[in-house]
Amino acid sequence: MTFAPGDMVRVADRPHTGHHRTPGYLKGKTGRIARVHAAFANPETRAYGADGLPRLPLYLVEFTGGDLWPSAPGRDRVCADLFEHWLEPSA
Amino acid sequence: MSISEYVNGRYDRAMERGVHDRGGWPTDTPIDRREHELADWELRMDAIENVLEQHGVMNTDEMRRGIESMPLAAYEAASYYERWLFTTETILEEKGILAPGEIDARLEA
Repeated sequence: MTFAPGDMVRVADRPHTGHHRTPGYLKGKTGRIARVHAAFANPETRAYGADGLPRLPLYLVEFTGGDLWPSAPGRDRVCADLFEHWLEPSA
Repeated sequence: MSISEYVNGRYDRAMERGVHDRGGWPTDTPIDRREHELADWELRMDAIENVLEQHGVMNTDEMRRGIESMPLAAYEAASYYERWLFTTETILEEKGILAPGEIDARLEA
């Protein structure tokens, strides 16, 4: 596991046309690791009939609503399950 | 507002978004929170999907990919289990288990 709870991470903003479970509204956004879930089969290969191995680390990442949408109240939080290969270290 | 207008305007960058990837889209339509009774065919669709997964014929990620591959207009018009039906037919045809048009032909027979 590369990241630990409390680490700030940026969601990669790379193009990816195949199946993936990183929501478009989070790409390029910065959040905080809230929880390290475990390693899970990769849906990006499993979606095409493969076994999804090796398993990849999955994290719960917390974002501030206002960081995602300017009109969102500042107290709102958005949490998403994101795989490690979509996350980059952020200061 | 079209998807491209929204992506190019608000996010100011090119981004591939599937029909399902709609979190944060602007809309004036309230979310429909009404519960509804499931029809018999919807329960059966759920059962078919689960049996196919338990027997290793298709998995959840393949099923999701099939739904995401729906043309936008078809996705918008379809109900929840109609999307399940679409993806099950799509994936089973892809795997050669169903011939293209086999179910339609059976219905017309």
